[in-house]
This record gives sequence, structure tokens and C-alpha cells, in this order.
Amino acid sequence: MKKLLLSGLLMSSLALTVVYAAEEPNADAYREMTYGDRDANPALLVVDRGEELFKAKRGSKNVSMEECDFGLGKGVVKGVYAELPRYFQDTDRVQDLESRMLTCMTTVQGFDEAELKKKTYANEKANEDNTDLEAIAVYIAAQSDGMKINPPIAHPKEQEMIKVGEALFYHRTGPLDFSCASCHGADKQRIRLQNLGNFSKAGADAQKAIGGWPTYRVSHAAVRTMQHRIWDCEGQMRLPDTEYGSPLTVALIAYLTSQAKDGTYVLPGMSR
Amino acid sequence: MASIKLKAKSLEGGLVEVKALMTHPMETGLRKDSATGELVPAHYITEVVVTANDKEVLKTNWGGSVSKNPYLAFSYKGAVGDKVKLTWKDNKDATDSAELTVE
Repeated sequence: MKKLLLSGLLMSSLALTVVYAAEEPNADAYREMTYGDRDANPALLVVDRGEELFKAKRGSKNVSMEECDFGLGKGVVKGVYAELPRYFQDTDRVQDLESRMLTCMTTVQGFDEAELKKKTYANEKANEDNTDLEAIAVYIAAQSDGMKINPPIAHPKEQEMIKVGEALFYHRTGPLDFSCASCHGADKQRIRLQNLGNFSKAGADAQKAIGGWPTYRVSHAAVRTMQHRIWDCEGQMRLPDTEYGSPLTVALIAYLTSQAKDGTYVLPGMSR
Repeated sequence: MASIKLKAKSLEGGLVEVKALMTHPMETGLRKDSATGELVPAHYITEVVVTANDKEVLKTNWGGSVSKNPYLAFSYKGAVGDKVKLTWKDNKDATDSAELTVE
């Protein structure tokens, strides 16, 4: 009897081990089945909407965003996201896509910045559609699909921004004494079944995360951008709302993007 | 903006693969408005019909369990040159359609 029980125990622990070991590939297989078909990505609908918004004459100055420079010259959208964040001479600071959009929409189109920042993200709990900002961002980003992640690092301010981002990444703060590195500083960590990328080292994890963002979050039924990702992470760390396009968010995005260098953008992404 | 993104291509073996993304809120009718506490009225697609050269090749009845901005993919026996048309109707009697010629 004792022997039987023991072998039974052994069997079940063996079975558990097998299930546990197979878990990661299974999650990938599930993702492939669910999101493998790129035509199935509802973000494509949002990209179309973003293109219309981008090309429409809007704002108090009644001009389109084709009058804006996202780093590769006025009106160029193809490949700009692959080379952001970058230093812009006109604003004398490093900007990510979304802070640059704010610059464009306020200075070129004449929108009011405070008004734009009132509603930056769709509230998934209210089944809202993506905001104009989210739609425009995913449209611009999608024009870098298939390109290498290649943020410029030659300018001293770009180097500084990456360093500041790195410092913020390790900076423990807030009521839970959390840093980004608390979750994203070691290999093979996860929350429930969600794998947490290790962004403390350059390479595959950062490339996968950055390369697939902006992404259609299936659980939100909406496109989510990097600004939203940072805002959401900071919220999970019980920190105050990050301001859209603020230096803190740009620094973290600059650091993460530099860790993802030489990865490939697959945009728009699609995730859980 | 096209509210429907429709694609169709001919496959080997005399098949045509149709793929469609539809813009729709797909409200289940079970969600409460957090501000008012009232139920948000149901608003979902009830029927999708796809025709090829005016002949019905797919008809499907949907409800509130289908996701927002739904995706539909299927294949039928067809050929290059077919005129494919997709039409949806929802429970508020709204309708939309898209069509293309298979290449």
C-alpha cells in the first residue's frame, strides 16, 4: 500500500512537472492560433481611421499632419517610428512619437495641449473606441512595419535621455517600493500566465515587447500605445498618473527602445 | 472610413478565402454604465451574409458573445473574378456592406 501510494505520488509530481515545463510553448502556440493571422487584427481598422485623421485638415489652423516633421522630414511617415525617440532641434528635446504628435498638433495645427491631454486613452471598461491620439499614433507606427528598431543615439541629449530612462527603470518608489526592474529585471518572471520581459538587458525580450507595440489589446478591445503602456505600468506600481508625453515617459521609452535595438517592428501588434 | 475591411484571394483547389474585419461596438446588453448604474443597451450584429456573384455562400447568426470589432474568415468554392459582397445587420436595424472582385 505504502509503495503504491509513493509511486502514485511520484507519478502525479511527474505529471505536474511535465505540465509545467510544457506551459510556455503552449502559451506561444495559443498565441499563434489566436493572433497568428495578421489580417485578423482589429487594429487595422484603427490604422485606417488614424490615416484619415492624419491627412485631414484639422485644428484652428486647418492644416493636416502632413505639415509635420517626425524626424525624417516634413510629411514623411514611412520609417519614422523605427527611428524614434530622437532629438528634435525645434523643441530642443528628445521626443517619442506621441510627445512629437503633441508638438505637431499644437504648433502646426493649433490644437490646445490641455484639451488634447484631457482624453488620451479609450476606457476599455466603458467599451470605448480608441481616441484620435491612439488612432493617429498606431497609423504612424504601422508605417514602420517590418523595419529594424533603430533609434538614433549620436546626439548627447539622446544619450542623456537613455541614461535617465535607465536610472528611472531601477528607481524604487511609491507605496510598494517598486521599480520597473522589480518585475522586468530578471529572466523568466511572470504574473499569472503573462511572461514578464527582462528589459534590464538588451536583446530578445525588449525587442519582442517594443517591436510589437502599439498593439491591439484583445482584453481591452482597443489599440494601446507605448505611452499607455508606461502609464499603465506606473499605475500598477501605485504611482500617480504619468502625464501624456512627459519627460519621464519619454526617458523610459528611450531606454527600452535602446534595449530593443536591431529588433524588428511587427506592427500593428496584437496581444492578449 | 471604410467600416469593413474585406479581403478575398483565390487559393489552390478552386477555393476563395474571404477575410473580413467589421467595426462594431458589439455591446452585450449586460454591461452597466459605471456613472449611472444603468445597463448599457445591447447593440450587436445579428446577421452576416456573404454572397459571391449574388449567390449566398455564407450566412451566420451572431449575438452578444461575439467580440467587439469582429473578424470573420472562411473559404468557399469560387474563382478569380467573383464579386464578393459582405453585409451585416445589427439589432438596431443598422446595416453596412463591402464588396470586391476576387483577384
